[in-house]
Parts: sequence; structure tokens; C-alpha cells
Amino acid sequence: MTMRHTISVLLENEAGALSRVAGLFSARGYNIESLTVAPTEDPTVSRMTLVTRGSEEVVEQITKQLNKLIDVIRLVDLSPNAHIERELILVKLRRADEDAKPLPLEDFNAHVLDDTEDTIVVEMIGGTSRVDEFLAAIDPERIIEVIRSGVLGILRGHRALQA
Amino acid sequence: MGERLRGAEIFCRALADEGVEHIFGYPGGAVLHIYDELFKQNTIKHVLVRHEQAAAHAADGYARATGRPGVVLVTSGPGVTNAITGIATAYMDSIPMVVFTGQVPTQLIGNDAFQEVDCVGITRSCVKHNFLVSRVEDLALTIKRAFYVATTGRPGPVVVDIPKDVQAAVAEYDYPRTIEMRSYRPTTQGHPGQVRRAARLIQSAQQPMIYTGGGVILGDAAEQLTEFTRLLGFPITNTLMGLGGYPGSDPQFVGMLGMHGTYEANMAMHHCDVLIAVGARFDDRVTADLSKFCPDAKIIHIDIDPSSIAKNVPVDVPIVGSVREVLTDLIEVLRRADQKPMPRDHAWWQRIQQWRAIDCLAFDRKSDLIKPQAVIEALHEVTGGSAYVTSDVGQHQMWAAQFYKFDRPRRWINSGGLGTMGFGLPAAIGVQVALPRETVVCVSGEASLVMCIQELSTCLQFGLPIKIVLLNNRYMGMVRQWQELFYDKRYSHSYMDSLPDFVKLVESFGHVGIRIERPGDVRGALEQAFALTDRLVLLDFVTDRTENVYPMVAAGKGHHEMKLSPLQTAPAPRELA
Repeated sequence: MTMRHTISVLLENEAGALSRVAGLFSARGYNIESLTVAPTEDPTVSRMTLVTRGSEEVVEQITKQLNKLIDVIRLVDLSPNAHIERELILVKLRRADEDAKPLPLEDFNAHVLDDTEDTIVVEMIGGTSRVDEFLAAIDPERIIEVIRSGVLGILRGHRALQA
Repeated sequence: MGERLRGAEIFCRALADEGVEHIFGYPGGAVLHIYDELFKQNTIKHVLVRHEQAAAHAADGYARATGRPGVVLVTSGPGVTNAITGIATAYMDSIPMVVFTGQVPTQLIGNDAFQEVDCVGITRSCVKHNFLVSRVEDLALTIKRAFYVATTGRPGPVVVDIPKDVQAAVAEYDYPRTIEMRSYRPTTQGHPGQVRRAARLIQSAQQPMIYTGGGVILGDAAEQLTEFTRLLGFPITNTLMGLGGYPGSDPQFVGMLGMHGTYEANMAMHHCDVLIAVGARFDDRVTADLSKFCPDAKIIHIDIDPSSIAKNVPVDVPIVGSVREVLTDLIEVLRRADQKPMPRDHAWWQRIQQWRAIDCLAFDRKSDLIKPQAVIEALHEVTGGSAYVTSDVGQHQMWAAQFYKFDRPRRWINSGGLGTMGFGLPAAIGVQVALPRETVVCVSGEASLVMCIQELSTCLQFGLPIKIVLLNNRYMGMVRQWQELFYDKRYSHSYMDSLPDFVKLVESFGHVGIRIERPGDVRGALEQAFALTDRLVLLDFVTDRTENVYPMVAAGKGHHEMKLSPLQTAPAPRELA
């Protein structure tokens, strides 16, 4: 059965590390739903969160193949563990007519970051499904562009992924 | 405080400190600084090939024969791209190799400079790891890391790309004796609990089978494997890459398995109840149709690479570790449990003997034409089974694997994973350079041999007395065989028209050539060739054009559905199954 898995990876912050991961996924035919990467508090280490889909066997192979990359220090498949996922979305919208339905900003704890004569930019943070709901609540006619950050994930409780 | 040296000097010093004796290479613009330093020193011997692909194959053969990493030096751009086939060949067979490539100066990288390719990008998918050295201060440490990564864990090729300005820049030289990498710590010791579980499963087996691969050779575990196998008295089969891991002439050895494995090996695989896989990766040429693979077996899998385990086939007892360590532990546990070998009159052995009696490798010994199998048999006799045999890819490779009974590891050197035609001759160069006093034979076909034929020139320059056994059937034999069997004999472009006169060709390169056209002359010609201990001799055996490799598991079939040679009139497989 195909399941969605969120995998958190610590890797050496070196040129080419990202392309090794991306290359692995394309070479072995694994899919990537989202991928984010940035340096951690230790500038020699990057942290990557990637979301993929696959059967248990495929996801096991994905984690093994990732571990096999020389730049990968440590990883954890967050999905079987208690964890938090967050995604940031930015949406640029056309200004609404007077009689249009108001944006559900408060319900989703969303904020307006830019407000011009013609357009507004709204920011919202939440789990992937909550972000989907927010997006669904906006009149598609009004949407000019949508940017999602991809998922960030972290384990709950005292467990941590550290170099 | 170390000495202050230029990058090119650091390169030579680091290689010497790493214990490198030979490198295989070809100069060019982006490596001229390094070549200039090589000229000034005597520690490292450079073998000049005639094409960069051959440099990688030669270093590969060197590594396979000795266990030491092969070292390659090529220039940027076409130097890199020419070497790719050789690097990919080594990668697929997990061969320890370090490839140094020149690169255009750092300020030109990304500028489409003359002879520039994105070396790190273009090699990424066929190396264990690669580095671009952007600062001369990092050069020595990077070289240390490259050798460490290439030779530990599951070995593989590592590329180090060195821009020309880095070769000229100056830094303090300090070569680290040891190294640790937080992101790379291969497991060598097997989990003791898993070892005990494996031992219990082994003790419960009624129809066991040991299946071993290249990991036994690479991990220098042939001795442990032999002890383990004799202690158990179980039948053992080797993959193409694993030949020589267990003595090929021993009665417990049931031959190679897989597509052109023996009938008895494949039948025993199909019917076994416990399969002990050691340093093998369940490759598609070995397993045949996965849905029919070992239907009744519990599987123990010992491998140093966790990603090899349960990749193609679910495994009951996985053990991650070096095969040498794990086998040593298993032997100890089994000895403590007072393990006795399976007796040869056991029902399982009797069944195997019935399969064996079919004599699946039989061929027509009365033919007026030279049978390729007979040449390999004679080669085995004349060399006393102790030669280092390289091969190219195709029918001749399978016949060499089937008929040259390898009793020792590292003697059988072929491109198993990538299946690279053109591998055999340059690989033999590497072997002969490493082992100048050993007998080195390249078994080839006329289609493969011409793919790297320019290396005959290298052989002359370095006085390498390789013996080339050319099984010349004037066809791309394996392609022709598949076209005969699966494409209604439409021999599309598998005919080798306009072949050279190989005897004249090899003579023009300064070597000795002998053409053999009659079966009665095979042995004498071999003896004559091996008597010329200081010359390269090419033996052009004009063989039966239509001979096929049997037995064979066709695509989509299981191990128990082998196609036997038309010569076999023995009971149909099903009757014995």
C-alpha cells in the first residue's frame, strides 16, 4: 500500500549534496512530493525534509539509499513517529469586489503581508491538509500566484535528529 | 608544520604516502602540472594507455586482482567522458578505484571553457562519491578521503576533480594517517542476535543452499567461506562475480547459477528450503523471474551494504556486516553447537546428483569445427587452472565462467554488472602490471576485442606478455544467439563483416599472432603461446559460428524452467523436479 512519508535528513552542507539527493530520486524512480533544505544552527550541516510516496518496501529502500549517500549524516522517517509538520503558503490575490465573500483570515490565522490598490499577498502556516483547506476556501478566480514552502517536520517530545 | 608545496607536488606526495605504486593515465592540458611532477619522481609508476576508457579498465583489473585500489589520472573534458564507461563498470561491480581528473581553472568553471565538462555532475550517478577540490588547502585531505571511501564498506570508484589553478597553488602539506567521517561509518560487525538466528535457521535446514557473490571476493573472505561450507557440507553455488570464492573443482560446488548457470545449481536454488546468500545482490541475471524465485526458501542474507538487502527479494534473516567477520562469527556459533557436515548420502545430495547427472554443460566433442568450450577446457589444463583470466562480454565470457574451474579468488576478472565489451584487454593490462610474474589471459570475442584494440600498443610499451584467447566466431555471438532463439533467426546487424586479419593486426603492433582452425591444433597452439613467456600472443581460434551457450534461463522463466542444449536427451526437467 502506498503511503505518504516525511523523511528528515541531516547532510553535510557541501556543494552538490542536494543534487546527489535529487539525482538519487530521479535515477531510481522514486517520487518527491516536496523537498526543502537549509543550513542548521551548525553551518556545516544542512537539514532537508522530503515528502515522498511509496509502499513500505519502497520507503525502506529510499531511506537505505539516502543513508548510503556519503554526504548524509543521519535521517529519520518521521511518519511512524509522533511529529509536527508545517508548511508556509504565500498567495497573491486580486482585490475582491465589494460584494465578494471575505477571506477567512482569522479562521486560518493568516496575515496580509502586502496590500496594494490591485492586489494583496496573504501568508498562512499550517499542516499540509490545513494549507489545502485554506487554499480551497479562496475563490480561485482571485488567485494570481501560489507559493508553498514544502513541508518542514520535527519529532515531538525529547527525541531529536542531531548530527 | 608541514612543508609548503604546490598542488601538483601535494598530489604526488599524497599518492606516495597512500602507498600507490602504479597509476593508469593519459595526459592533457588540465593535468599538465601533475604530469610535470610525475616526470620528476620515481616512486609512482605511470602506465600510459591509448584511450582513457582503458585507463579506468586497467586500474579496475589491477584492483580486482590485488584488492588494492586502482588509480586513474586523466585530463578534463574528453578525458573524463572517455573514462566514464570504465568508471561505471567499476561502480556496478563495486571495485575500489580513485579517479583523478583535471579540471579547467576555477575562475573558468561554468564558462564553457575549452575541454570543460561538469565532471562532478556527469560522474555523479556512476561513482560511490566524488569531490571537486576548490582550494589547494583541501587537496591532501580530499585525497585521503577519496581512498578511504573507495576502499571501505562496499567499495567503489571515487572521482577527485582538481582544477588546474589548484594544482599550481601552494599549501602546507600534511597527509593525515587516519580519517573519520561523521557521515560515513560502514558497519562491519554483524549483529550477534542475527548471527544466532541465522545459525538456528541453518540447523533446521533439510534442503539448504549457499549462494555467494562478488562480496566474498571483494571482502577477502574466500577462506572463511570455504571453512563455513565444508563445516556444513551444503551445496554451494557462485554468481558470475563470485567465481573463485569457493574452489570450482570441489564436489560441493554445483557450478555457477543464473541465466547460464548449471542445471543443478538452478534446480537446487528452486527447491531449497534455506538459502544462505553471502555478498550477493540478487541481480536479475541471477534470480531469473522474481515471482518464481526460491519459492520455498527462508533466506539469510549477509551483506555489507544495507541497501542490497531486501532490495529485490524479501529476506528472513538480514545481517549487515563484512562477509568475512560475519562468516567467522557464524562458524564459531556453529562449532559451539557441534555442527556436523551434511552427509553425502543425504536425500538432498542424492537429488542434486540426479540433476548433475544430466551433464548440462555437455558439448559435441567430435565436431570438425573448433568448439569454444573445448578451447576453454584446454586453456584450463594448459595453465593448470592458476591463470588470471580476464574476459570481455558475451558468449566467450559465459564459456570461460562455465569451463574454467576457478579454485582461487581474484583469478576471474570480468565486467559482470555493466557488461562492458572492451573490458578484457585493458583489464588484463592492469592485472599484468600488478602481477608481472603471473600468467594473465584475456578471453575475448572478435566483437569485444576490437572495442579497445588500441591497447595492444600499451602492452608493447610496457612489455606485458598477456595471452589473448580469441574465440572468433565472426558474430556478436550472444546477440546472434538471442536472435536465433527469440527473433526467428533474423540476424539483425550481429554479423561481423570486414573483420581484420587478427594475426597480421597483432603482428603490426609488435606482438605474436597464431591462427588455429582445426580442433586437433588447439592444445598445441596454447602450449606454444604459453611457452613464449615474454611475449604477448594472440591466439585466433576460428570457432564454430553457430555454437550457443547452454543451459539457459530465458526471460520470464524460473530457475526450474531451464532450456537445455539440444544434445541433452536426459529426462525432462519436470520428471526430476
